[in-house]
Amino acid sequence: MFFNEEFETLPRQALAALQLKRLQVVLERVYANVPFYKSSFDKAGVKPGDVKGLEDLQRFPFTTKQDMRDSYPYGLFATPMEEIVRIHASSGTTGKPTVVGYTSKDIDVWAELMARSFVSAGAHKGDIIHNAYGYGLFTGGLGAHYGAERLGASVIPMSGGNTKKQIMIMQDFGSTVLTCTPSYSLFMAEAAHEEGIDFRSLKLRVGIFGAEPWSEAMRAEIEDKLNLSAIDIYGLSEIMGPGVAIECIQGKKGLHIWEDHFIAEIIDPETGQRLEEGERGELVITTITKQGIPLIRYRTRDITSITTEPCICGRSHARIMRMSGRSDDMLIIRGVNVFPSQIESVLVGIEGVEPHYLLIVERKDNLDTLEIQVEVDERLFSDEIKVLQKLSRRIEKEIKDMLGITCTAKLVEPKSIQRSEGKAKRVFDNRKL
Amino acid sequence: MKVEQLSIFIENKSGRLAEITRILGEAGINIRALSLADTSDFGILRLIVNDVETAKRVLKDKGFTVNKTEVVAVEVPDQPGGLSTILQALDSDLINVEYMYAFVERCGGNAVIIFRFDETDKAITTLKARNFNILEGERLYGM
Repeated sequence: MFFNEEFETLPRQALAALQLKRLQVVLERVYANVPFYKSSFDKAGVKPGDVKGLEDLQRFPFTTKQDMRDSYPYGLFATPMEEIVRIHASSGTTGKPTVVGYTSKDIDVWAELMARSFVSAGAHKGDIIHNAYGYGLFTGGLGAHYGAERLGASVIPMSGGNTKKQIMIMQDFGSTVLTCTPSYSLFMAEAAHEEGIDFRSLKLRVGIFGAEPWSEAMRAEIEDKLNLSAIDIYGLSEIMGPGVAIECIQGKKGLHIWEDHFIAEIIDPETGQRLEEGERGELVITTITKQGIPLIRYRTRDITSITTEPCICGRSHARIMRMSGRSDDMLIIRGVNVFPSQIESVLVGIEGVEPHYLLIVERKDNLDTLEIQVEVDERLFSDEIKVLQKLSRRIEKEIKDMLGITCTAKLVEPKSIQRSEGKAKRVFDNRKL
Repeated sequence: MKVEQLSIFIENKSGRLAEITRILGEAGINIRALSLADTSDFGILRLIVNDVETAKRVLKDKGFTVNKTEVVAVEVPDQPGGLSTILQALDSDLINVEYMYAFVERCGGNAVIIFRFDETDKAITTLKARNFNILEGERLYGM
């Protein structure tokens, strides 16, 4: 089953020709309309007109999250603001988010790619799609929502949280497809179990899970506990949102990246050199049809490999393997992107807090937990318990306000946090994925 | 009129209290009175010692977070209602007790209460006006 059979099964040669044509157009557009690209291309000594084949893309400079921050908020937009119909944002490293804008054509393409993704996951018209991705600045909720409508399915815009209500609605409304983070699906299954509801008795058939790293072991657990087929989806707001790549239900071996809209490369994160097919490295994506904010060679920081081997589902689009990590220090905690530097800037903003801190991330009962250990020095210390407890609560509140994540702040003795030569190891991610 | 108390931050993990007392013992410090306040994650050890400055220095050298706080030591007649009269006097003058702990004097057999007030000077004035016996720091350290 396909949503757009012609494009999803386009022979690779035709796909490459389409990519080249679209690449040439987008390079011309950004060079003419985005001062950042004009200067970065000029600096690298490359011109859009130089591109005669897809391999010429390697000569162009990368775009990074830092470039997006430097252009905050609208600097990388390639269309006038009156063409922009939607704005989304993801968390930045120092409090300022990364902003993306969509034209109505961009929203249209996104809806189609998300609809293709639903079909690839085994969903179809007639399905009742329970969308528990957050609605808001985060792209997850609205991205999946528009795709579900494009597919012609019935979408329930649940957004995240309020687990008891989620379960009740899933039960009463007869949801057949669930979209949320993989850890939240297990959390819901356990919450249901406590209420005496067996998830296996629900009508759920397919779960589309993304926005955080997960593993094959977790897939087996989800499929067992929720009695559905669990599908991995990939996306990032800078590129579009959910639906950049997705597994097919037939193969479940790698995520098809929609190559008629994106060009994927794998590079060595140290040298920036392009790697061969099958080699593990950082995923770099060029958007070739986006209007609002086209990105050229965007460094996703996600580590994966790519294959163009034919897939049993019949889609000709290359597959990227399950993400195995990051080439930067970004953590994904309950689907929220968190950089240690963001936490540090919150901590140093609290009077008396030492810049010595440690972040401990664990997964307890299928939910990510974040503990922030802060050293108590003389300026912070009080002989009164209540003063110290107030400090812990203040740290927890400020982190929640700034980053939107719940954490526990634990006060520890000075020097108990390991000092290392050079870069301090501040993050202990103990999640066994 | 005030007594110097050391407060030490301790994480809730095994051996910390033993470590502190060992450091103090090796430095020849005598503990006169102590109290331990604890939560699930951490504790605060409060000490009255014979040599405040040395004790503070040796503990800081070993990486402990140590603060010096001023507290008030009041002698309480060793009889029913002894403590109550003190607390009533403080209450009538709207003085808050942040925390307190007690020990029994070696000679004389009277109880001594260590008070941490929100307003130390005002508390001393109140206690003196009612003729309660406030112990000098020196007497306590050398006891």
